[in-house]
Amino acid sequence: MSSLSEVFTTARAESRAALIGYLPAGFPTVEGSKGYLRSMIEAGCDLVEVGLPFSDPVMDGPTIQAAAEQARSAGFRVRDLFDVVSSVADAGGRAVVMTYWNPVLRYGVDAFARDLAAAGGLGLITPDLVPDEADDWMAASEVHGLDRIFLVAPSSTEERIAMTARASSGFLYATAVMGVTGARDVVSSAAPELVARVREHTTMPVGVGLGVRSGVQAAEIAGFADGVIVGSAFVSAAADGDGAVRALAEDLAKGVRSAAAATV
Amino acid sequence: MGQFTPTPHDPDARGHFGPWGGRFVPEALIAAVDELAAEYDKARLDPEFVNEFQRLLKDFAGRPSLLTEAPKFAERVGARVFLKREDLNHTGSHKINNVLGQALLTKRMGKKRVIAETGAGQHGVATATACALLGLDCVVYMGEVDTERQALNVARMRLLGAEVIPVKSGSRTLKDAINEALRDWVTNVDETHYLLGTAAGPHPFPLLVRDFHRVIGIEAREQVLEKAGRLPDAVVACVGGGSNAIGIFHGFIDDADVRLVGVEPGGAGLDSGSHGATLTAGTPGSLHGAMSYVMQDEDGQITEAHSISAGLDYPGVGPEHSHLKDIGRAEYFPVTDAEAMEAFALLSRTEGIIPAIESSHALAGALKLGPSLGPDGLLVVNLSGRGDKDMDTAVKYFGLADGGQV
Repeated sequence: MSSLSEVFTTARAESRAALIGYLPAGFPTVEGSKGYLRSMIEAGCDLVEVGLPFSDPVMDGPTIQAAAEQARSAGFRVRDLFDVVSSVADAGGRAVVMTYWNPVLRYGVDAFARDLAAAGGLGLITPDLVPDEADDWMAASEVHGLDRIFLVAPSSTEERIAMTARASSGFLYATAVMGVTGARDVVSSAAPELVARVREHTTMPVGVGLGVRSGVQAAEIAGFADGVIVGSAFVSAAADGDGAVRALAEDLAKGVRSAAAATV
Repeated sequence: MGQFTPTPHDPDARGHFGPWGGRFVPEALIAAVDELAAEYDKARLDPEFVNEFQRLLKDFAGRPSLLTEAPKFAERVGARVFLKREDLNHTGSHKINNVLGQALLTKRMGKKRVIAETGAGQHGVATATACALLGLDCVVYMGEVDTERQALNVARMRLLGAEVIPVKSGSRTLKDAINEALRDWVTNVDETHYLLGTAAGPHPFPLLVRDFHRVIGIEAREQVLEKAGRLPDAVVACVGGGSNAIGIFHGFIDDADVRLVGVEPGGAGLDSGSHGATLTAGTPGSLHGAMSYVMQDEDGQITEAHSISAGLDYPGVGPEHSHLKDIGRAEYFPVTDAEAMEAFALLSRTEGIIPAIESSHALAGALKLGPSLGPDGLLVVNLSGRGDKDMDTAVKYFGLADGGQV
């Protein structure tokens, strides 16, 4: 069983969803991102997604775009990513990396997998790599024991959901809305429907992301998904300092636990 | 051979030209590109679609475009030169071929809304034109820097009924306009077609954009045989994303003795680092949905391209060009901003044709190639667009407002 599966079996044993928080490495600085990620773990994130700031983030809304730009102008380099991932592991947390594909290609797919595994990272979320194009990554992830988290969307066909689930390990990332990252006021009605469709094809845990920002929304998603993924809201909180990051994580951690009563 | 006849040069079913191309896009967009590929597969074999497209090319765009011999310009080249006059098409460039084709596909798919990116504004104006003609809603993303450089084209698009959205993210130029269009597409994909302007992006865009532009090469081949009685020694075109080049190249791709020459934007020179010569100086990577040569740093961050020509100012290139380069069927080299501007002025003075600065790169390439061919040599240069839109740049570059002479 992979370490990522453990995250979800533990949460399931407690009749709750797992809380997954995202922050770009190097935002606002390399050391600053280490501190915020540590706070996220201490305040209740079961898993953190460490983002790799990229020049052309086509899946991201304005909040994460701006964070990536800030990290890069503060001098972020890809080698810093592994340092940040190590710091999460050292703090007793679990980390996966979320990255656009070009930086991995440039680094070398196998070398990237090797260095991520060596840093204690557990896997990769690949928002612009579909399994159809992922032969090198399939091989490298096997060699270095990393999980592959591919995405499914409301527009995915049944055939593609089944194929993507077969190619994935750890968990499946379901994008709750058709759109880019960014906090939204209401949970999309497409999310429960997508998760239900995914369940027809796999018993693998399903994490739901895109647009979640509050404990109330987290509770709603925890009612039908195995993991609640929060990104832009953490980035916004980080702009307000460590206290805001901890407060958000605590609110969300309560949210993923309060769904249990509602669903029993 | 017809414009839509499948060729041995088509990509595989998943859009790969050798190791290049493919689909490096979010899963959320896969259904849309699958739908587009399926629709195009049907349309290219449907006489009704093909006839309607050809009717619009003839009655609306003004095709076939002329092939004009340029004897005085040729004196400076040192070989015989024919110009393929895409500048004479409606809206002033080759771009109209592709937008008419994709706008017809949009209607076939039952979609009502079109989005597009534009750099210099040529593709945006062409798209706004096709949407006005066919009754489609049109939104054009344009980098804020480019909306300032190309205010006249912004006004043209608005007059044609398009909404122009200045893009303020990243470098605020063409690549960021594409990013923003992709973000719009993933959000509104059900009712929206992304009318991509070059032979790049995820499959099937490189295939269908190429096919809509194959008319350039098909016409040019017939015309040069008629006028010169033989095939040219080389076909020369500028390459930013590479749509005009791939369109004319395909007319000659099976003529092994015809060299296919792509001319890239060398900006201030390759040593300066300030250029857009992706095939000459780039490395393999994925950008905007396909594997191709890209300009990137050692971390895989995409770097900004620089060219005096806004239409060539792009750090990527169509995947089929990467393939043609690798297999040695086409050759690519850069010319600098200064060389392009010299050719821009030279053609204006010698032939009474003001070319687009993009196309001036191809002309500068011809000036470099000519001496090796000699007076018996024969070149076809794709004059992909007219230079009216570039007058602001020319005024500044040559000091024309201060009584400057070229």
